[in-house]
Amino acid sequence: MLELDQITISYGRTAVVTGLSLTVPQGEAVSLIGPNGAGKTSTLAAIVGLRQITAGSVRFDGEEITGRAPELLVRQGLALVPERRQIFTTLTVRENLRLATADLDRVAAAEALEREMERFPALRGRLEHPAGGLSGGQQQQLAISRALMCRPRLLLLDEPSLGLAPKIVDEVFATLDQLRASGVTILLVEQNALRAVRFADRAYVLNAGRVVLEGTSAELADTDLLTNSYLGVAPTSIGGKDA
Amino acid sequence: MTSIVQHLVDAASLGALYAVLAIGIALMFGIMNLMNLAYGELIMIGGYSLYALNGEPWPLQLLGCVVITIVAALLMERLAFRPFRGASAPVLLVTSFALSFALQAIATVAFTSRAKGVSLPGFLDSSITVGSVSFSSLNVVSVVAALVLVTGLATGLRRSMIGVQMRAAAESFATARLVGVRADKVIAAAFGISGLFAGVAAILVVAQSGTVTPTIGVAPVLVAFVATIVGGLGSLWGAAWGGFGLGALTVLLQVVLPTELAPYRDAFLYAGVIFVLLVRPQGLIVLRARLERV
Repeated sequence: MLELDQITISYGRTAVVTGLSLTVPQGEAVSLIGPNGAGKTSTLAAIVGLRQITAGSVRFDGEEITGRAPELLVRQGLALVPERRQIFTTLTVRENLRLATADLDRVAAAEALEREMERFPALRGRLEHPAGGLSGGQQQQLAISRALMCRPRLLLLDEPSLGLAPKIVDEVFATLDQLRASGVTILLVEQNALRAVRFADRAYVLNAGRVVLEGTSAELADTDLLTNSYLGVAPTSIGGKDA
Repeated sequence: MTSIVQHLVDAASLGALYAVLAIGIALMFGIMNLMNLAYGELIMIGGYSLYALNGEPWPLQLLGCVVITIVAALLMERLAFRPFRGASAPVLLVTSFALSFALQAIATVAFTSRAKGVSLPGFLDSSITVGSVSFSSLNVVSVVAALVLVTGLATGLRRSMIGVQMRAAAESFATARLVGVRADKVIAAAFGISGLFAGVAAILVVAQSGTVTPTIGVAPVLVAFVATIVGGLGSLWGAAWGGFGLGALTVLLQVVLPTELAPYRDAFLYAGVIFVLLVRPQGLIVLRARLERV
């Protein structure tokens, strides 16, 4: 469904991601993990068109989407839940959700809203409140809900557990499990490496802008291997397969 | 008592004009981080539209001025600023500076630098007497126009989809795009609304002097910038209150300053502005701005 082919992302003359190739098959969940500054968030930003790619290409459903505007990609079925939620704090919860339904008619928009209220009942009573007043967990629910209002086929999530209490993180991952079960393809960027690996079908470890390890969830369950890859001493392949 | 009411009317009228000017600037800054120095030239274009439509029925003259100014604002965005989309704030500022001079030069070539007389409808030049208080109808028109525009804008920003999109874009343009908000549409809307405010401001400014020159927008835009900054940059309501506050302070200084100091009114006014910014560099209405940042 999503293919990154040898992409390079630079800030000025400094490359933060170099020659990254990654595939997210339809219906699967893929995690992209790695230490701070590895280039994970930049990779997601480049996929959704917020960051320019200096080399390589991005394909979505077989179509080249490199450099396409974010608002067009949303309409193609690709949505991002950004790092630190980035909800619109001065808008009400309803307005935050309404933004994502600009192209829908009134009935379809109401149905989408009802669907999300069933998914996150805690938001129902806060619809007319400023989103800035929500708790961290509710803000994360709103951010996910806002992305889902667009009915994405591929959902990208950037650090959805960041700054949340463990109980709330459990709830977030339970939601992601449900989404995955409903057929939504997921690309997850997450600092909680073990949790991300357990959640996904497949994971890529990024370090200093390069993929240093990739494999299935079972293959990467070896915590020593994972730890070493974070430290930059792991092999780049598992079972003789190049990463 | 009579003179106090008279001064209050004057303050409200001047403040209303400044508020209209400041909101037009604040809208563009809120969405694009653009300090558009060429906003004054939109007023100039509105002024020359009134001149070009001299002799036409007044509804056509006034409506024509507003429509032409809106179109000019949209063209300004499309031709001058869209190619610099994503550029840093200083680059956009210099672009607007160059555009401002270019438009003034074009107006000078087309109309010369001499003031051109504009005939506006008589109701803008009459006086109204209530009891013992007599004031210009332009004062009333200014206040009513500002109230209508501000109320309409506030309603539109709350109720309409494009309004919600503009508020979202003002908070985070990148995130707004991630949920499908079309950048071109939102920016064009901001420029269009700014054009509407500039068109109305042009009528009010030209009505005061009855003439238009290539530099007619320079002084108003300076006042609008000051009002926007004093009110709290990026805040629509801050800009409105900044405009009203500046208008009120101007009239207050006019009243309280001794005759020998009256010519230095603007010096006192901007000294007051500097003092306010020294005490509150974030602007006067920062809390309000955070609640409703556009």
